[in-house]
Amino acid sequence: MADLATEAALGATKAPADAAEAPVDPASWTCPAPLRDQPVVVMGHGGGGALSAELIEQVFAPAYGNPTLATMADSAVFELGGARLAFSTDSYVVRPLFFPGGCLGDLAVNGTVNDLAMSGARPAYLSTAFVLEEGVEMAVVGRIARAIGSAAEAAEVTVATGDTKVVESGHGDGVYVTTAGVGLVPDGVDIRPQRARPGDAVIVSGPIGLHGVAIMSVREGLEFGVEIASDTAPLAGLVAAMLAVTKDVHVLRDPTRGGLGASLNEIARASGTGVRLRERALPVPDEVANACGFLGLDPLYVANEGRLVAFVPRDRAEAVLAAMRAHPHGAGATVIGSCVEEHPGMVVVATGLGGTRVLDLPLGEQLPRIC
Amino acid sequence: MKYIDEFNDPDLARRLLDEIRATATRPWALMEVCGGQTHSIIRHGIDQLLPEQVELIHGPGCPVCVTPLDVIDKALEIAARPDIIFCSFGDMLRVPGTDRDLFRVKSEGGDVRVVYSPLDALELARKNPGRQVVFFAIGFETTAPANAMAVHQARRLGLTNFSLLVSHVRVPPAIEAIMTAPACRVQGFLAAGHVCSVMGTAEYPDLAEKHRVPIVVTGFEPLDILEGIRRAVHQLERGEHRVDNAYARAVRDHGNPAAQRMIEEVFEVTDRNWRGIGRIPASGWRLSEAFRDHDAEHRFDVTDIRTEEPAVCRAGEVLQGLIKPTECEAFGKACTPRTPLGATMVSSEGACAAYYLYRRMSGGPAPRGSRIPQEEMNPVG
Repeated sequence: MADLATEAALGATKAPADAAEAPVDPASWTCPAPLRDQPVVVMGHGGGGALSAELIEQVFAPAYGNPTLATMADSAVFELGGARLAFSTDSYVVRPLFFPGGCLGDLAVNGTVNDLAMSGARPAYLSTAFVLEEGVEMAVVGRIARAIGSAAEAAEVTVATGDTKVVESGHGDGVYVTTAGVGLVPDGVDIRPQRARPGDAVIVSGPIGLHGVAIMSVREGLEFGVEIASDTAPLAGLVAAMLAVTKDVHVLRDPTRGGLGASLNEIARASGTGVRLRERALPVPDEVANACGFLGLDPLYVANEGRLVAFVPRDRAEAVLAAMRAHPHGAGATVIGSCVEEHPGMVVVATGLGGTRVLDLPLGEQLPRIC
Repeated sequence: MKYIDEFNDPDLARRLLDEIRATATRPWALMEVCGGQTHSIIRHGIDQLLPEQVELIHGPGCPVCVTPLDVIDKALEIAARPDIIFCSFGDMLRVPGTDRDLFRVKSEGGDVRVVYSPLDALELARKNPGRQVVFFAIGFETTAPANAMAVHQARRLGLTNFSLLVSHVRVPPAIEAIMTAPACRVQGFLAAGHVCSVMGTAEYPDLAEKHRVPIVVTGFEPLDILEGIRRAVHQLERGEHRVDNAYARAVRDHGNPAAQRMIEEVFEVTDRNWRGIGRIPASGWRLSEAFRDHDAEHRFDVTDIRTEEPAVCRAGEVLQGLIKPTECEAFGKACTPRTPLGATMVSSEGACAAYYLYRRMSGGPAPRGSRIPQEEMNPVG
């Protein structure tokens, strides 16, 4: 069996008489590429990276694509009865249901509120739909419901309608919640990824990576001893404070799944501009850097639930930054880079040592590395 | 961060780079053996900062990439069985077998779990006495002691439902294979620091002497890597070929004797196939006869799975520095970051992806030396 594998690998260059005896031919070295054309849904399709984008482009858009959907913003913006509305929906399937800093209920409210806020909208009404698994404790459902109530109050939105379904034991993961929301977009506000312009300052509203690391630190099989709290928070108030400085904010995005890296790639591609980041300017807390170093993850791809990234015209950036820092959810706001004409569609990071690296769209969810 | 920031200091890095630049009078090609070092080099842009004369060739030290196809297929076969909990390091889940990967098996109902340590898998075996728990034991000398320890513990605790699917590989035989290859351009090695923290340095003087190459034990932070390069270039310029330990804060000459004893007790040396490279004699470990009943290949009778490797791209030649990515026929046409034919095009760290992306960025073929003017980076203040 002296290696069909080796023979196939060497076939292109030369045929070894006996692979076990033949010297290794470095010209034949190769590495396996991940499979891309999956005939079934895999976890990566929900990771917010390239696989998620392909699912939308290849399955959903051909089935019911339209100009409103094509904006690919966090929420859709359209006119209805003379009003400019933002509309968004999201499903929440986090495990564990309760984690340091919040729970499924907080995420379900804040996530949709933030998707609306990323269009500059003032969120007004939410719906909630529960999918409950037979056998889940009523006390758990109660805790999540109360969390939804408090989060809605804090975000100043009304939960106006809802639905409940129960599935058989083993057919769900305890509790899933889907929320949808609507809000009003103020006149003169036009915030969408296509509006990024060379010269824009790129601002992030605070430390990154906290939510993803908080979840990982309590997930079965990966428990590690840091007490990091999720950053889950409603951001509509912060956005209103920014818009009070200038209505000409170009892009807002809340970097959830796929992290800052995925959000910035989406903006670069949608706008046809390049994004340049300074590694040393990135607000990565020590606990996040340590946990990511330990697990072999890049904090730039780790999820956030209470942060936004903004593209703001350079001449207004300082004033917007000051307004953000004056708001409780933007106290750690900082400029991390700029939008440029060069390398359209790409995000490039200037490393601390003075080199550069390309920050690509992640494929699916990040995987802990072996070494 | 303590013990990390100190080894990432830009001023000290500049001093080391200046010293390397002043020392190197001729072109030298160095290979960093370990995938972790390659990751660090690309992540920090170290290859772009080195003087033209010093070229880094990325070695075969990614244990995920070199795990042979037939072992992946065995993993897929075992993981798909209904009574199995199959545990693996996370990054193995995306590695393709002949027609699917572990993610696919998971999506089709296989109980595939990501764990961070083989001892977590052992804990699963303890909690699930009615099920078989298999740990995918891959990696170099670095991961071998913990995997050996897991089997040792399973034996001690009487956990008969725990087994390993083993595909361990060893660095020194790989260096020997690289140096005896006809197209070899490597003139010096940065040896993998973590491997040496387990095994020590005793395996390397014979290799350095036989092939007349400096071998410098090197760490993983930017200053560690630059110091390793500095010492290797220094030796090359003086015509020396010694083993030098540039990672003394983690590596002792005799390594970690307790870890070595654990490996010796549980494993025995065997020939191994390296995916995309071929068979290298005595380049791996398997469970020794005494622990064969914890060997998943035997327990689940998959020893007969043989597979044929699919058609390959020219990533190997790129990695060896034998061709530039742009010289590959598929580059930028059939093979792009969205439709990669090889791993070098998959991640932003791959040589081909870097060329693809930087070529579009700078209009030139090479990523070397492209810098971002600092003033452009700081629009506010």
